[in-house]
Amino acid sequence: MIALDVPFTEDKVRALKVGDMVNITGTLYTGRDAFHKYLHDGGEPPVPLLDQIIYHCGPVVVREGDQWVVRAAGPTTSIREEPYQGDILKKFGVRGVIGKGGMGKKTLEALRECGAVYMHAVGGAAQVLARRVTRVKGVYLLEELGSPEAVWELEVKDFPVVITMDAHGRSLHEEVQAKSRLALEGIL
Amino acid sequence: MSKLQESLLELVRRTSAELPDDVVSAIEASRAHEEEGGAGAYALQVIHDNIDLAKTASAPLCQDTGSILFFVEGPVGLDQIAFREAAENAVRIATEKGYLRQNSVDPVTGHNAGTNLGPGAPYLHFEQHRGDTVEVRLMLKGGGCENVGAQYALPDTRLGAGRDLAGVRRVVLDAVFQAQGKGCGPGILGVCVGGDRATGYEASKMQLLRPLDDRNPDPEMDQLERTLVDEANRTGIGPMGFGGATTLLGCKIGLLNRLPASYFVSVSYMCWAYRRQGVRLDGAQDIAAWLY
Repeated sequence: MIALDVPFTEDKVRALKVGDMVNITGTLYTGRDAFHKYLHDGGEPPVPLLDQIIYHCGPVVVREGDQWVVRAAGPTTSIREEPYQGDILKKFGVRGVIGKGGMGKKTLEALRECGAVYMHAVGGAAQVLARRVTRVKGVYLLEELGSPEAVWELEVKDFPVVITMDAHGRSLHEEVQAKSRLALEGIL
Repeated sequence: MSKLQESLLELVRRTSAELPDDVVSAIEASRAHEEEGGAGAYALQVIHDNIDLAKTASAPLCQDTGSILFFVEGPVGLDQIAFREAAENAVRIATEKGYLRQNSVDPVTGHNAGTNLGPGAPYLHFEQHRGDTVEVRLMLKGGGCENVGAQYALPDTRLGAGRDLAGVRRVVLDAVFQAQGKGCGPGILGVCVGGDRATGYEASKMQLLRPLDDRNPDPEMDQLERTLVDEANRTGIGPMGFGGATTLLGCKIGLLNRLPASYFVSVSYMCWAYRRQGVRLDGAQDIAAWLY
């Protein structure tokens, strides 16, 4: 298990490879469909994204007194952001993306070019992941995008992920798909 | 709140927070097959921890609390209109209490009323029986796994699948391959051979009401179920698509008569977060027994 603090640097990221299990400590910014479209359409990021991590997640957040509290925070399917992700990585210097299900060739190429990684959180593990969120530091675009789609600034401790697409052009998703295709041909 | 509403609310709460024992047992058993230290074993460890946490905290196991599917079997004379009202009230309150996410939106505008109520939501399926008991089963099925479901019309020349059980085997394995890790595996398949495009999918979902450890009374289907699980696990897709020995935890196959011209195979993929519970109600509409 590798422990990594955010913000990431290019050196830290280039040292990671497919299959590495990483616990992240620091800040994550949630962003899903509406945020990616917003940036793609020319919207300005509400916070500097240089060396930061975007988490594909629409958390369940409730207000308790004057605090926001995260009740569930699992990943959502990443492939929907495939048309936008590569350009956003390049334009804003984002150093990592967390989601589930993996992404495609365009993102993989951008990861290699920029020195960034795709990290897979375990889908459905909403309680394990919510408990690694220690504090909600802020929220942006809440009015404009609505709660699940807003940009939540989350402070996390030991947030567990697996590197499934690295900065060297490798994708676990491509590899598992290719191997399972061969295995299936053998079975049939 | 009526007794029925109270019982249904408890059914929703427990379904969202606690996996049934047969599913937990299957997940636990699968852990022995994964390579120690590998990503598949790691995913199953996180899944194990999550199951425990959600149950202890009585909190949604997965934030996508899914489509809300009620299957009701009751005596002749059961007031279905009153039952539907009670179910809708239970869903509305469960959403207010946070057992369910605000998860139902207008298909065109995307507007979310925040109640989980609207056209088609929740879904209720009624059956009558000659007995006097009422049994209610509830399934919460998330979007990630629903999106990887598939329906095939045989023959399928691309897959070399003819109109026989060998063809059924080919298309079901194709559905597993296409899903990879996107359905949050290890998964459980509900399959229907036959029917039309609507009834086939519905019957494939109803197969998911069967306990994982039951046996298909039709020996040929029983064999096919076992073969498909074994073969799917040999693809190496593994938990979450990370690679590994456990791709499927189960496969359940049902049959419906078809038209001579049609040969549909409908596949519903259920994620590891297989939220399915059921209750038998007594005469006072209290919960008399849990069904799983």
